[in-house]
Amino acid sequence: MRKLRDLLVVLTLLAACAGPVGSPSAGQPATPTATSSSPAAATSPAAGTSPVAATPTTAPPSSTPPGPAELVLLTHDSFALTDTVIQAFERDHNVTLKVLKAGDAGAMVNQAILSKGHPLADVLYGIDNTFLSRALTAGIFDSYQAPGLASVAAAFQLDPQSRVTPVDYGDVCLNIDRSAFAAGSPPAPTGLADLTRAPYRGLLAVENPATSSTGLAFMLATVAQFGESGAYTWLDYWKDLRANDVKVDASWNDAYETDFSAGAGKGDRPIVVSYASSPPAEVYYAPTPPADAPTAAILDGCFRQVEFVGVLAGTAQPELARAFVDFMLSPAVQADLPLQMFVFPAVQGTPLPAVFSKYANVPPKPLAIDPATIAANRDRWIQEWTSTVLR
Amino acid sequence: MDVNRPALSRRAAILLAVPPLAFLALFFAWPVLSIVATGLAPDGRLDLAVLPQTWSQPFVLQLLAFTLGLAVASTLLTVLVGMPAAFVFARFDFRGRRTLRALATVPFILPTVVVASAFLALLGPRSPINAALEGLFGLARPPIRLDGSVWAILLASVFYNVAVVLRLVGGLWSHLDPRAEEAARVLGATPWRAFREVTWPLLRPAVASAASIVFLFTVTSFGLVLLLGGPGQSTLEVEIYRQTALLLDLPVAAALAILQIGGVFVLLLLYARYQERLAVEQRLRPSADTARPPRTRGERTLVGGVLGGLFLLLGLPLIVLVERSLATPGGYSLAWYQGLWELPARGGSFVPPVDAIRNSLSFATATLLLAGTLGVMAALVVGYRRGWLARGFDALVMLPLGTSAVTVGFGFIVALDQPPLDLRTSPLLIPIAHSLIAIPFVMRAIVPVARSIDPRLREAAAVLGAGPRRVWREVDAPILARAALVGAGFAFAVSLGEFGATLFIARPDTPTIPVAVARLLSLPGDVTFGQAMAMSTVLMLLTAAAILAIERLRGAGPEPF
Repeated sequence: MRKLRDLLVVLTLLAACAGPVGSPSAGQPATPTATSSSPAAATSPAAGTSPVAATPTTAPPSSTPPGPAELVLLTHDSFALTDTVIQAFERDHNVTLKVLKAGDAGAMVNQAILSKGHPLADVLYGIDNTFLSRALTAGIFDSYQAPGLASVAAAFQLDPQSRVTPVDYGDVCLNIDRSAFAAGSPPAPTGLADLTRAPYRGLLAVENPATSSTGLAFMLATVAQFGESGAYTWLDYWKDLRANDVKVDASWNDAYETDFSAGAGKGDRPIVVSYASSPPAEVYYAPTPPADAPTAAILDGCFRQVEFVGVLAGTAQPELARAFVDFMLSPAVQADLPLQMFVFPAVQGTPLPAVFSKYANVPPKPLAIDPATIAANRDRWIQEWTSTVLR
Repeated sequence: MDVNRPALSRRAAILLAVPPLAFLALFFAWPVLSIVATGLAPDGRLDLAVLPQTWSQPFVLQLLAFTLGLAVASTLLTVLVGMPAAFVFARFDFRGRRTLRALATVPFILPTVVVASAFLALLGPRSPINAALEGLFGLARPPIRLDGSVWAILLASVFYNVAVVLRLVGGLWSHLDPRAEEAARVLGATPWRAFREVTWPLLRPAVASAASIVFLFTVTSFGLVLLLGGPGQSTLEVEIYRQTALLLDLPVAAALAILQIGGVFVLLLLYARYQERLAVEQRLRPSADTARPPRTRGERTLVGGVLGGLFLLLGLPLIVLVERSLATPGGYSLAWYQGLWELPARGGSFVPPVDAIRNSLSFATATLLLAGTLGVMAALVVGYRRGWLARGFDALVMLPLGTSAVTVGFGFIVALDQPPLDLRTSPLLIPIAHSLIAIPFVMRAIVPVARSIDPRLREAAAVLGAGPRRVWREVDAPILARAALVGAGFAFAVSLGEFGATLFIARPDTPTIPVAVARLLSLPGDVTFGQAMAMSTVLMLLTAAAILAIERLRGAGPEPF
């Protein structure tokens, strides 16, 4: 036991040597996703990389020195808000926000579920509709009816018991390199069905749904559009895509930055699965602002991802956790979301930044599948997809 | 002093073994057992039926075969490529040797995404090499198609790991007395025969050391297989990640983890036994005495050829990265680098590079101290003691390198959830996780050298009146110090490169350089891509500088031997 204590002392000293390790609210890095899935998350809401941040309820009140309390947020790697916005929350509630990033959305949710008895955090942000059902079944959230919900569209309120609160949304859509279709032959595709036709052979790059949340959303779009039964099922569609030389990449990064002809890698595929918010990002992160966006999102056949915030069951500071939920629906955060995480605010009437109102379009009729249906079938769909497309 | 007595008493060995063992028990064994137990006993009742069920599935056999095949092939290839390089750097003295040796370690720390993109730029369908070949032979399609093939993974694995062979083998080689081989030559042996019969047997322990690390590294390589391997290929590691992080099928994940850990442990035990038998005690020489400038034309050709080969393999992809970090729309400039400082002002989602650099250096320093201390302790035990206990200890210390990062990461969540050990949200967890990977490097760098120390040196010192402490200080310590620094350099690099270990732990928001690169790459736009390349270049330079600095630490003391 003494050895153990000594070891801990040594470790603590080491930690002290390690010195200032960045303030929690300072930068919001994406975790090193050499892995796969969620680079896209940054571009869109529910995309890939949202790690769950669990707040450590670690610091028991007794050991907390007098001063601001600490609220721990479990989130995904793509979480980002402007410093001043977070500081305002900390000031208003006399609290320090500790942001804990836990990988992509899937890894985050699973960590929250595994730590159910002793939650890592007080509040979780970044769970999306594709993972929602698993978390609700596991019972990791406490219900909280946020007053701000009144101004959120009913379509986003996917949990009738209000265990999670919608914060933002984004759409996984086909993106095209506009210069490749400027001449009109072939014309730009208008929806999913075009992609299996001969003129579009060898033009499309997609992400593997087994390793990328962007790819998963796109697969769900095809399930929603073509269905599992009937003359032409979603698997028939994928057979045709395969025959039309679709390129499957492990991650959004791979597909967009390497294979997409308008991406930084200048690849050879002018159509890629990305986000409706990718074109404004292309403008926002261009060295010199172009007159028009170099890419465009095809608004037919998009899959909508909604991101939620929720109070983690077992938190020692439920009031502060609820205050954080309210904070995420506040005008300051809602207006900050688009340029920080490239998602659309869920609260109606939130003003959009110019680059968004000009270059980002919201699909009029996005595809959706009920979270419970996704939870019940996701693994099987991925297996079927793998056998159809890769084997 | 009795020659047959081990240089380390049993008592001292036990004392030295306790801290590394406690560390491993707490931060490796317990988390791994916890997560496996969670998988096998979901309701508190142990259910082992899932084990045979999982193991008997055909896809598991396939995974196993592909994983092993890939690891064996990468290891062989890496050793094959690394040996001539190790020879040239150990035996010849030429301008820039130290710097080049430090630079060769740089690929080791680069984020996989960045490396994949550099490889594609060089060998992808639209690369200059392919274009030239197409033009030359009038081909309709690019002749080199690396994406999605096993060759891409093998090539990348050599790119990443050749430094391990270069440093670990070169470390011992530079201390071998060249006169033994020269004597064989004088007696009429061909260079090849002299190498095979004189040098090779002395060198084998170090080769085996390096090979074991490369092997374990490939067994658990994750990003590489995912990014370069194409969608059809999967390893045990990738599958464990899928089952744990994506599907949360913990029983199957546990069955696969047991397969991985059990298999690796058995291989490590066999390996430790083999290693022990290989050890040859010999008279080591100061490295400064063994290297000399290339003299004959043949030697100069050899040095030139090896350096040229290394340039093609390691240098070109690195140059592509640097080139991209400088290529801005208006021609070459430092705009992306300057932008690194401006982006944070544009939005809160970016890390000021200074912060990322500071965080990276802090974690790497903590890892260096922690893994350095524990690694040296472990190396002394393994290097100076024999028998099954020492071998088991050896295998245990190596095991984290062959264990899935996601198993360990999720294990932390389940195991370290009670005060005073609730480190789940502490920044400490990051150097701890890095150290799990770094300790084996430190140990493997030291052990072959420790075992090669001729006991007669100690005996002579003792006869001349030196006490055991003095013998240690005068004989062993100076020889081991240099090997320890090579290991320390790797420990530092492992942490700077943020290997898998930290991918799956919830971490406080303390962005490091690789994290910042990933963040930049996760956004569309030319600016973020250019800046990701700039940040990667910063990481490269920092690594080379750190390794050079660490190796110069010893410059303060007198030259050993």
